Amino acid sequence: MQHDDVIWDLIGNKSFCSYKVKTKTQQFCRNEYNITGLCNRSSCPLANSQYATVREEKGLCYLYMKVIERAAFPARMWEKVKLDRNYAKALEQIDENLIYWPRFIRHKCKQRLTKITQYLIRIRKLTLKRQRKLVPLSRKVERREKRREEKALIAAQLENAIEKELLDRLKQGTYGDIYNFPIHAFDKAMEKQEEETESEEEEEEDEEESGTREFVAEEEFEESDLSDFEDMNNLKGSSDEEEDAEEQSSEEEETEEELEEEKTKAKSKGKTPLKGPVRKKRAYVEIEYEQETEPAQKSKAT
Amino acid sequence: GKRAPVQEMEQAEIEVTENKSESGACFPPTFSVSEIKNKQRRHAMFLKLKEEKRKQKLELKKKKKKERKALGDQAPPKEVPKTIENQRIYDETTVNPEDEEVAFDEGTDEFSAYFNRLTNPKVLITTSDRPRGRTVRFCEQLATMIPHAHVYYRRGLALKRVIPQCISRGFTYLMVINEDRKVPNGLVLCHLPDGPTAHFKVSSVRLRKEMKRRGKDPTEHVPEVILNNFTTRLGHSIGRMFAALFPHDPQFVGRQVATFHNQRDFIFFRFHRYIFKNEKKVGIQELGPRFTLKLRSLQKGTFDSKFGEYEWVHKRHEMDSSRRKFHL
Repeated sequence: MQHDDVIWDLIGNKSFCSYKVKTKTQQFCRNEYNITGLCNRSSCPLANSQYATVREEKGLCYLYMKVIERAAFPARMWEKVKLDRNYAKALEQIDENLIYWPRFIRHKCKQRLTKITQYLIRIRKLTLKRQRKLVPLSRKVERREKRREEKALIAAQLENAIEKELLDRLKQGTYGDIYNFPIHAFDKAMEKQEEETESEEEEEEDEEESGTREFVAEEEFEESDLSDFEDMNNLKGSSDEEEDAEEQSSEEEETEEELEEEKTKAKSKGKTPLKGPVRKKRAYVEIEYEQETEPAQKSKAT
Repeated sequence: GKRAPVQEMEQAEIEVTENKSESGACFPPTFSVSEIKNKQRRHAMFLKLKEEKRKQKLELKKKKKKERKALGDQAPPKEVPKTIENQRIYDETTVNPEDEEVAFDEGTDEFSAYFNRLTNPKVLITTSDRPRGRTVRFCEQLATMIPHAHVYYRRGLALKRVIPQCISRGFTYLMVINEDRKVPNGLVLCHLPDGPTAHFKVSSVRLRKEMKRRGKDPTEHVPEVILNNFTTRLGHSIGRMFAALFPHDPQFVGRQVATFHNQRDFIFFRFHRYIFKNEKKVGIQELGPRFTLKLRSLQKGTFDSKFGEYEWVHKRHEMDSSRRKFHL
């Protein structure tokens, strides 16, 4: 015999129900035939001998009904009715099947049907949109790749490679005339000149006869002093020119100022090889020259 | 049974004591350190073994050095140490610079329009859905580095719909930065009219403020491009892809250089400002973000992950089995 009240008394409050899930504020029922999902006297499929639910399988909705006449035959207890795909027609079908049933169950079945159709529609819409695919990462592989990357970075020696490439490009002349580093070409030219003069001098010496005069410097006299003087004049002249140029360019960007600074430095450096052994003395003059220009630039920059 | 290991241990002990008295002793051939059951003794024996080996190695080195000195000029040339780059398995698709076939291919491939100066690059940078702060900042910094680059927010759009719109607005490149766990980890680079799509794994992203001793922000000048070590056919095409990102004529006034350096299939990207101190020395200062890329797949045609035709896909089990084999 089916004593619903007795069953409810036991599983509802006093004893254990394996489908019951308790939280702080509410009780839920995990029974698959439960219509609301809550653990209530009216929603419990075990404690109600006349019960109906709507469930969904593979996109189709079915109405399940349980009556007391079949309570003794658990295999045939639930009657399954396929509902129409059309929402309105399905509602009518529910009304038709549950015609004299309690209001609560009819209402809840229709509510459940509504919710199911809504989420089915949403599934269909989402599958048409872009779906994010989650690709699992293997930790071992990630670790291995990380280690290999570190090793590759060390082997790459990036700074050296970049510097080498830039210097190669400079040598090839891809930068054209921007950078005045004529030292290389200058040295070559100097060497050529020296060779020529040497060969000329040799010829001259061969041709020299006795009786020709030569003017020789004092022992303590160094050519460097003389040449110092001459070149100081030259330098001062060029520095005046450069200062004029800088006045004109004072409004331009910093990079270009830096470039010009480079140029001046390059020019000055281009001149130093002229006096190789004299360089130490030249240094004194150079420092003065640089001090002259730098503060001037700063004042113009502001 | 139990006696055998005990005997072994005793034997080992005896041998140990013997070895203490002798120097450079040799063990009986059947004995190995792993047979000692006691962990501490085993460890001690192992350390001793290592010490021995190290000594032998040093002696060998000294001997060799002496021999070299003795021979003087006649000494054989110094042996070059083996590196992974030396030992790399030769790839048949390595490009020979004078190869005609390669030249012909490059004259007619998707980038020929760029290399023949018919088009100017225009890059659209976007992300995956809902990017986090780091990715957004990374996109902004990329946009400052690459001239004519625009950043657009993704807003859940499908790439296949975005691509025709980009083409109609004259973009030549679409760059999508994929994000995972608040960090950029993937890059899809799609050349636009109908060009190849490359998918990279991005790692070690350093934004500008995380870089030590960096310079000021990059200016608007067009940077130079350096492509290092792209040797194979695949590497060549990837290199051309990177080159086509930047406009043709670099403005040397700006003194900025973007480098893509390939080493062992990892592509390191750096952005520097250089200054020539003299003709033999150049100083470089890193601006800009840095990151490393690893190519995962190259697909012909624009982005179509399901039906696209893949020119190259990284298959881990086949391609990662050898340590000496690289594909770029």
